[in-house]
Amino acid sequence: MEIKAGSRLACPECSVELVVVRPPSSAVALTCGGVAVVEAGADRPAGGHADAAGEGTLVGKRYADEDSGLEVLCAKPGPGALAVDGREVPVKGAKPLPSSD
Amino acid sequence: MASSTLDDRAAIVFGDRQMSFAELDAAARRCAAAFLDMGATGVVYFGANDLAFPVAVFAAAFADLPFIPLNYRLGEEQLAPLVEANRGAVMVSEGTDLPGADPAMLVPRERLLDPTFRARGEVDLPPFVDPEEVAIVLYTSGTSGTPKAALLRHRHLTSYIIGTVEFAGAAEEQAALVTVPPYHIAGLANLLSNIYAGRRIVYLETFDAPNWLDAVRRHGVTQAMVVPTMLARVVHHLDGAPADTPSLRTLSYGGARMPLPVLEAALEAFEGTGFVNAYGLTETSSTIALLGPEDHDAAFAGDEVARVRLGSVGKVLPGIEVEVRDEDGTILPVGEPGLVFLRGEQVSGEYQGGNAVDDAGWFPTKDRGWIDPDGYLFIEGRADDTIIRGGENIAPAEIEDVLRRHPAIVDAAVVGVPDEEWGQQIAAVVVLGAGRTASVDELHDYCQEHLRGSKTPYRIEFRDELPHTPTGKLLRREVLADLLR
Repeated sequence: MEIKAGSRLACPECSVELVVVRPPSSAVALTCGGVAVVEAGADRPAGGHADAAGEGTLVGKRYADEDSGLEVLCAKPGPGALAVDGREVPVKGAKPLPSSD
Repeated sequence: MASSTLDDRAAIVFGDRQMSFAELDAAARRCAAAFLDMGATGVVYFGANDLAFPVAVFAAAFADLPFIPLNYRLGEEQLAPLVEANRGAVMVSEGTDLPGADPAMLVPRERLLDPTFRARGEVDLPPFVDPEEVAIVLYTSGTSGTPKAALLRHRHLTSYIIGTVEFAGAAEEQAALVTVPPYHIAGLANLLSNIYAGRRIVYLETFDAPNWLDAVRRHGVTQAMVVPTMLARVVHHLDGAPADTPSLRTLSYGGARMPLPVLEAALEAFEGTGFVNAYGLTETSSTIALLGPEDHDAAFAGDEVARVRLGSVGKVLPGIEVEVRDEDGTILPVGEPGLVFLRGEQVSGEYQGGNAVDDAGWFPTKDRGWIDPDGYLFIEGRADDTIIRGGENIAPAEIEDVLRRHPAIVDAAVVGVPDEEWGQQIAAVVVLGAGRTASVDELHDYCQEHLRGSKTPYRIEFRDELPHTPTGKLLRREVLADLLR
């Protein structure tokens, strides 16, 4: 599956939904709770992750993988944690700014 | 995303009506389907702020159609070509008529809030919106010529929003008071960032100082954005009294140059409120530089460097690069004034029928400015407005600031008039306060005292008012045309 900017992805087994902010420089395997994510709208058996640990994936947070350049925004939260080619994907720090508008 | 997370929290407040995040989401999806059913190629919005405005914006996005807000203050003559240029678009209009519009595409805006306004059958909304698609077409104010249609693509706007706003970062009690019109980039940026932050938006239909202050107090407004003309009116209305708006945490201003005397009076009246100066252009998806509350506080406390920086627009946002170049394109060192160029993911610089961005991604703002050693950006004004007198570049704003500080003067405009000997000469047009008097000689002496001789206006005239755009930008070409008449 090609991961392109603006596309919506979903975890087949938990409630996580993502929007791609920046595509990876080359093909990668993006997983949620160890399961490959699918295009949003595809069938989702939603069985739940066997070993959901940690804080999962949080809504409104950006997750960026430095090596591949892939960056996604979490649109719906869930217990699964994201990984790119097996690497854990860290939250990209928000830039705190005073509200200007 | 905001609707599924924030759900029943109030999103938009207008008068005594309000809409939750979930209601806004549902209305926008319903209208998106209806617009697609009508075969629309875009969504024109013609009117002031209203509950229907955010519905129209998000409906356009759900339908993957460009949103095209038009200035509802335009005369029929200026409006006609804009309506014609967007013929296939659905026309959401404040009234029941929009001159020149196809009646089949005209939708009175109240209809957007009516659950019976929907697609006739099942219409699927596009599952994917390409970030390369045009999200917003905005006609620039065109202070120095005919309006241009600036194009902002989804990627520019998302880069601005997710780069500068924390999703759902606002606590439930927070509210933003919005008085900038829908056809201004600040009005759109406001809507997007406040929805993303989960902050309630309170719209004021028409601005006047007592109403604005009353709305801040009544709705417990925590954030507000004003253009300089509005702040000047508030300060004038308060007439030295404290604003008495304890809920207001941040007051941001932008859209045009803020006269220093107005800012100083406002800092005094709004004690405890953090001030933010935001600089940006339509073409840069709104704000690209900010002067924050700490800088304002330091200036108010008397710090000399900070006082000078009150005249700046602060530092550029992370992700934005700035360069100052001379007319030949040579990059100028710190402190030297020249043309301001910007680069960054939120910078579009694209117009219908052309792109102002060069191959390396730099957008010429056509503003003149300079950067101080700590990275504070000072904007002198539009390059087109620069007066060249005997080879010397003179920024009108510097002279206007001096004039506005004169106790008898409430507004001032400085322009260059053609002159055989000097190329251009400096002319000033001033507006005196009610009941105030000042002679030309007196003002001339005052300028000479505060400015170099070469910057002293050779001609000073009085008028009852000056021409401004609705957002407070001075229409210099009209001032000049009036002087040459």
